[in-house]
Amino acid sequence: MFPDSLNLSIRGPVNDFIQALVSGYGWVFKAISAVILKAVLYIEWILRGLPWWVVILIFMALAWQSSKRWPLTVVVGVLLFFVGVLGLWDLTMQTLALMLMATIVSVVIGVPMGILVAKSRVMRNITLPVLDVMQTMPSFVYLIPALMLFGLGKVPAILATIIYAVPPLIRLTDLGIRQVDHEVVEAATAFGGSPNQILFGVELPLATPTIMAGLNQTIMMALSMVVVASMIGARGLGEQVLNGIQTLDVGKGLEAGIGIVILAIVLDRITQGFGKSRTEDPRNG
Amino acid sequence: MADIEIRNVYKIFGQDAKAALAMAKEGLNKSEILARSGCSVGLNNVSLTIGAGKIFVIMGLSGSGKSTLVRHINRLIEPTSGEVAFDGNNILDLDAKALRTFRMHRVSMVFQSFALMPHRTVLQNVVYGQRVRGLPKAEAREIGMKWIETVGLSGYDAKFPHQLSGGMKQRVGLARALAADTDVILMDEAFSALDPLIRADMQDQLLQLQQNLSKTIVFITHDLDEALRIGSEIAILKDGQVVQVGTPDDILERPANDYVARFVQRRQGRPEAHE
Repeated sequence: MFPDSLNLSIRGPVNDFIQALVSGYGWVFKAISAVILKAVLYIEWILRGLPWWVVILIFMALAWQSSKRWPLTVVVGVLLFFVGVLGLWDLTMQTLALMLMATIVSVVIGVPMGILVAKSRVMRNITLPVLDVMQTMPSFVYLIPALMLFGLGKVPAILATIIYAVPPLIRLTDLGIRQVDHEVVEAATAFGGSPNQILFGVELPLATPTIMAGLNQTIMMALSMVVVASMIGARGLGEQVLNGIQTLDVGKGLEAGIGIVILAIVLDRITQGFGKSRTEDPRNG
Repeated sequence: MADIEIRNVYKIFGQDAKAALAMAKEGLNKSEILARSGCSVGLNNVSLTIGAGKIFVIMGLSGSGKSTLVRHINRLIEPTSGEVAFDGNNILDLDAKALRTFRMHRVSMVFQSFALMPHRTVLQNVVYGQRVRGLPKAEAREIGMKWIETVGLSGYDAKFPHQLSGGMKQRVGLARALAADTDVILMDEAFSALDPLIRADMQDQLLQLQQNLSKTIVFITHDLDEALRIGSEIAILKDGQVVQVGTPDDILERPANDYVARFVQRRQGRPEAHE
């Protein structure tokens, strides 16, 4: 046995800190919460307001744009139609809105962070261990404080999803930029390109396939977080799965599960297509 | 027209550059310095004067520091000690903005592995130097098309680099340097990656261009034949030090030491070896 006299617990201080945060700065979190909630409700309002066939057509158009392949475009349409047939349309749109919001925030945070990490050794040494922690920490550990700070519902679900889903985007943006041919960057420098011209004109375009792979990972991870997030009150397909489990309604759980899988397949194929088309045929880039 | 003067340039790679620099100045050689300080000496007290309007060749084997040296001329690499002067102005004094202006207007560069931007067309690559200066698209296009034609790539302006052969890619690299309209062009082993016939073509083309444009060209190569063919002056580099500077005739007839003499002999020995 490890001697009790050497025990040192950080439980008390951490709890006190969260308590103080909730009681002292609750208004800050309420404000952040209100902004995020408004944004996600807006996305949801659009998605649920559009006729179902318009949404399907939009997805088919995206699939065509990303892959230029008819079979894939048709499969995307059929799969989404099937979701509707299963009676999951509304829930799927709710989940999609949640995920889109988390993805947008992840991109806004992840890509600039990735650029900083690629450019600065100090940032790198600080950020990479933090990302490791974010990726290995069980999600319930930060789900609970998020709940305490932001209340039940969509907002803590989105924040928890971002924490879970943003690391691959940061890592792959960093990797993508560092992988750009050194001589090409040197050439741009030699011709007098400014750091901004080189970043936006050379490095980011050439890193795009890798960044798209990171975005793809982020979306997949966000989707896998959907079920977990439903435990703190996010609606959508995840809630349905949770419901099914709780009532031992296996069929219901499976249906919602299939919905999530279909959403994952559709989004995965579309984002992968956008990544690929640029490497194989630069005319699309 | 620019005279380039490189004065007592040292470049040390490694942690303890200061100590290594002191050792280099005392006259220790590369391997001694590496053993004592763990630093690698890139350039050791290099001084060269490169006259305007000529092809100046810097020749050396790999590891001799020639690519490091040429990158000092446009400050892609900063020297550990020493000066690089253009028309008497030390370019090491330039701040970031002035350095960019200097690179835009005074020196352009051609790279060994072409360093073309794969996501841009031939035309977009060629006009890169003009575009970063802020020249409008239409005017840049006109300049770009002119140089694409000059290097013999008419009709390829909308192609992407991956659709071209090695020789064509390097023509794009050359056109890009010419389109930047600088008085100095640095060519870092520009033809080394090309096969022999195309290489000879490119050398001819370079000599021809030089006759018409009279730019100052600093040409890096590891090949003595190439150096003798195109250089009006040749500097031979070994272990970061200049071994000999002279015209092709000087090098052939009065090699400064055994090292240079071995190069020359091997070259003269070559025709017999084929018979």
